[in-house]
Amino acid sequence: MATVEARNLCKSYGHAVALDGIDLTIEEGRILGLVGPNGAGKTTFLHAMLGLTPYEGTLRVLGHDPRTERHRLMLDATFIADVSVLPRWMRVSQAVDYMEGVHPRFDRYKAEEFLALSSVPPQSMIRALSKGMVAQLHVALIMAIDARLLALDEPTLGLDLHQRKQFYDALLKDYFDNTRTIVLATHQVEEIENVVTDIAFIHHGRLIVACSMEDFASRFVELMPRAGRIAAARALSPIHERQAFGRSILLFERADREQLAALGDARTPSIADVFVAMTGDTNRRRRGAA
Amino acid sequence: MTVPLAATASVSAAHLSAHEALRRARPIYWSVRRELWENRWVYIAPAGIAAFILSVFLASALRQPNRVAESLTVKPSSSIAVLADSGLSGPMVLMMATLLIGLFYSLEALQGERRDRSILFWKSLPVSDAATILAKALIPLAVLPVLTCALIVATQLAMLVLGSGVLLVTGSDPGAAWDAFPFLLWPVMVYFVVAMTLWHAPIYAALLLISSWARRAPFLWATLPLLVLTVVERHTLYTSYVTGFLAHRSLGFFNEAFAVSARAGENADRLPFLTPGNFLTSPGLLLGLLFAALCLIAAVRLRRKRDPV
Repeated sequence: MATVEARNLCKSYGHAVALDGIDLTIEEGRILGLVGPNGAGKTTFLHAMLGLTPYEGTLRVLGHDPRTERHRLMLDATFIADVSVLPRWMRVSQAVDYMEGVHPRFDRYKAEEFLALSSVPPQSMIRALSKGMVAQLHVALIMAIDARLLALDEPTLGLDLHQRKQFYDALLKDYFDNTRTIVLATHQVEEIENVVTDIAFIHHGRLIVACSMEDFASRFVELMPRAGRIAAARALSPIHERQAFGRSILLFERADREQLAALGDARTPSIADVFVAMTGDTNRRRRGAA
Repeated sequence: MTVPLAATASVSAAHLSAHEALRRARPIYWSVRRELWENRWVYIAPAGIAAFILSVFLASALRQPNRVAESLTVKPSSSIAVLADSGLSGPMVLMMATLLIGLFYSLEALQGERRDRSILFWKSLPVSDAATILAKALIPLAVLPVLTCALIVATQLAMLVLGSGVLLVTGSDPGAAWDAFPFLLWPVMVYFVVAMTLWHAPIYAALLLISSWARRAPFLWATLPLLVLTVVERHTLYTSYVTGFLAHRSLGFFNEAFAVSARAGENADRLPFLTPGNFLTSPGLLLGLLFAALCLIAAVRLRRKRDPV
């Protein structure tokens, strides 16, 4: 059974379409990077998946209907929906007590261990903590839950570079164990490049790419053509072209890698390059799900 | 000795169901604790009022020790007004205070978590919307009434002890004050608080519903429509049904739960006559409780759907 199965998922806020027929399957043990510009529908998708907002279409998460079985789903799934949503009136110690009280899969010892590594004072009120500390506390509380699905929406917002690295290290080293599933929604494409096993681009409420990182590497090729070969390269229908250091860089999808290599320097592009190419080009915006 | 199999099975079934009940009650228990952590004023304010009443009593006892014994006894009264007797001041003040606290708490309870977006954190935990609403409803419907009764008993007991101390120091015998102290009024007071709370349950539930629905200014949503209705009715129909309804919903429990004598002075030497049977079967109570249940169910459904504001 897939961890998340969405079929024709739609959601509108008045006339604004937030999700426009999303079909997505997330298998167990994967780390999916859900990437999209602000307002693309990432958060709405996560909220639908976690039973936080009504939607149309079919959605099963860990076998549950998130609309009606959120509290049961939350025994096996957890999430950070936004930074700075921890109640400001609470003490850090109360947050740990409460989690231990209501969550049968919360490991107090683990949370305290995470907190000891952070700079969060245990007796502090949450309102007295800096934004970075609140994020660290939230991560410590959530990672101490033995969940099968973890959903994170911009989890490193407010963290400095050092803390971001620490967060992803902890996520991979202390949390991910190949049986858990993690969904990471972000527009910070660069920082998840080496973290995710799968990638999905969402734009204007539609999925424009959804594949594993292995597929991604074989599907997209970036070519820096040798002098005089640009016209030949352009003839192979690149999906995007940009300029860098005075040279053209062309992006191809499902192209013959050997054919391209003959024209110049061909390599696998970064997620960011493909993301910018696919979401910046208005002609491609309305392409169906890949 | 052999234990019959059926008996063992029923014991283990009972054990299981007790375990299951505990498991289900746990999120509610922790949610109530969470409410009290967040809204410490819910118990600090009444405790402060009780302390204030006590200090006023002590100050007056020290100034006029000869009136201590008198102030600790209840003057015979025809009705439940004995509860409000200023000699044992406090019960009414405390009841009014906890009533107001319950009303303001209910109005804020479900709006606050959406306003500060903490609802996104609460919803990441395996606590159902129904458990959350129930925990929030338990504050005005259970925690505050118990607190009110406990504070009244504690305040009056402290008055008796402190008053006895003052009498002893001034060379008087406190025995008379203890003999005359109306301990029997305590169960009456508990009955009064329970009846009042049950009667007001639809008000608390309606305020919780408004709190879960209103995007902002729940206080205005709770009061303005009633005010407008009252004024419009008075100036167009020349009637006052809305005012009458509001008065009945606020104080109507009194006539249902107590047999109030028609003439002042009657039953002067007795405790007010309690009529729990009449109260528990009165349409006002039953319809009110039904309305309260519907409001709470609607609040659960709204909390499931509502986005943070």
